[in-house]
Amino acid sequence: MTKEIIRIEDLKREFTMGTETVHALRGISFSINEGEFVTIMGSSGSGKSTMLNILGCLDQPTSGLYEIDGLKVKDLSRNELATIRNEKIGFIFQSYNLLARTSAIENVELPLLYNSKVTSEERRDRAVKALEMVGLGERLHHTPSQLSGGQQQRVAIARSLVNNPVMILADEATGNLDTRTSYEIMALFQELNKQGITITFVTHEPDIATFSNRTIVLKDGEIMQDYKNHNVLSAAEQLAQLPKQDD
Amino acid sequence: MRLFNLFKIATKAIVLNKTRTLLTMLGIIIGVASVIAMLAIGEGSKESIRTTISAMGSNMITIRPGSDDRGPARGSGGNVQTLTLDDYNQIKAEASLLSYITPVVNGGGQVINGSNNWPSTIYGVNPDYLNIKVVDLQSGSMFTDVEVQSASKVALIGQTVVDNVFPDGRDPVGQMIRFDNIPFKVIGVLEEKGENTFGQDQDDVVIAPYTTVQKRILAIDYLNQVMASAVSENDAPEAVIQVTEILRTQHKLMDSEDDDFTVRSMEELISTFSSTSEMLTILLVAVASISLLIGGIGIMNIMYVSVKERTKEIGLRMAVGGKGSDILMQFLIEAILISITGGLLGVILGLGATVFIEKFLNWPTSVALYSIVVSFAVCAVTGIFFGWYPARKASALDPITALRYE
Repeated sequence: MTKEIIRIEDLKREFTMGTETVHALRGISFSINEGEFVTIMGSSGSGKSTMLNILGCLDQPTSGLYEIDGLKVKDLSRNELATIRNEKIGFIFQSYNLLARTSAIENVELPLLYNSKVTSEERRDRAVKALEMVGLGERLHHTPSQLSGGQQQRVAIARSLVNNPVMILADEATGNLDTRTSYEIMALFQELNKQGITITFVTHEPDIATFSNRTIVLKDGEIMQDYKNHNVLSAAEQLAQLPKQDD
Repeated sequence: MRLFNLFKIATKAIVLNKTRTLLTMLGIIIGVASVIAMLAIGEGSKESIRTTISAMGSNMITIRPGSDDRGPARGSGGNVQTLTLDDYNQIKAEASLLSYITPVVNGGGQVINGSNNWPSTIYGVNPDYLNIKVVDLQSGSMFTDVEVQSASKVALIGQTVVDNVFPDGRDPVGQMIRFDNIPFKVIGVLEEKGENTFGQDQDDVVIAPYTTVQKRILAIDYLNQVMASAVSENDAPEAVIQVTEILRTQHKLMDSEDDDFTVRSMEELISTFSSTSEMLTILLVAVASISLLIGGIGIMNIMYVSVKERTKEIGLRMAVGGKGSDILMQFLIEAILISITGGLLGVILGLGATVFIEKFLNWPTSVALYSIVVSFAVCAVTGIFFGWYPARKASALDPITALRYE
């Protein structure tokens, strides 16, 4: 029996815009098991971003159940949400969101600075390990401006791994990258997934979904499709098939 | 542990924005430096007044006829004839807190020696005078009580008088001079004292027995004042009360009547003059404090801009687990660090400025420890006070909005 990381039941989120009530999510149910690589797809207005905010504990549902790693998220205070984000979730953003003029290692250490249980030696060790996992063991002291877009996103991935989260939550993580670099990043995600890390990837690009083993498609705040992908493509192989660049 | 981490984050942000931090600090630096320098000038002038007045005899008590002339429309003290030799004798006999006492009569006139003459003032006193005024003799000797009783025509003169009536550099001791038309034998020269704080030449005097001056020059039977010296500086206020009581009895004043004389100690004189300089100090410090306040507002300004500019960073910090309180502390620590560092630099600059003022402008200065402590404390409070608002603003941001902020 595999462990359930995320459990969502009849989740609703409503916004009040003036006199109108917008139903961003209209009763969604699904769960994510440990070790899954899920893509959440949908066009703009589908409720994808709202779903991401709730999954990331940045926002709370209007009604319904959301459990992460056995913890009920509803009705938690701002501070309790911050602690869950710190200990359970690793965030990756489209625009990397690295601290400027700050070295890769210090960027990766950031989440651990907010965790008083981690000593400064342990923090450094874990940050180095995380950077080695994403292949940047040689660039610990480079600042974001000295790194390419792909490398910056790798730093961001290392940052998301450093606190040993139960789930990595990626928001259009390849949106700012060219095809080749996106495949490289996807190959990295697949590799991390093979090591047992649960990944939830929110995107609107259909080809990204082919690299994951499950896809949830949202439309107008409801689940249109939720299917297992039996023919997972290997990003590394796709990368090899791309025409060689002569630079 | 957590606080230490936040401290590290805050220092990092300061170091990353060196120029901006320094510019922000400038207001605080100038504010603190000017408060310290202004207080040093104020304290310095107060101290110099105190020193000069003490040099005139800090135990000195003066008794003048006529009530306190600070009141409205009264005759000036000099014209009132209510202070007599009997009063002097009574005080001398009864006041236990006085160590020296002398009657004083004085008048202006011409000092003449041959063809040289000089307008000066003659003071008729007894031998105690030198002890009361703390004056030494440069040469010669003081007249004796016997000479006072016999109203001898002997005199001591100050250096200014010597310079003007003995221009040839002869030793004046033993020479004859005339004050108005009365001949005096010069028996001593007073030590040079220079100008006092109020610009009065203390060496432009002729001293003679009060009997002589009273009878032969002024032809009066009353006294212009009585000068005395309290046993110690601490006893001076008590001595003033004692003298007042003796004189009230002597003058047979009813309880309802005001004093017809004025008794003052040097302490009062000091406080009168100090209050003027204190006023000036308060004014200077007020102006300096305003610049410190403006420095504080500068910090708030920059911190506010900094929060806006780093909205996305704040969003990220919140996303990876930073609590509102962490963000608040981070910005607060940053503001306090800026203001305290600024305060420290300000203290150094202020001390430097004080040395400069003392050395090159020759103004008396005195740095009081409290001025450093106070301005430094004000700095820390400024940091908290003006850092609070922007920090609060940062901590209240919604992580979703902050993350999406461009």
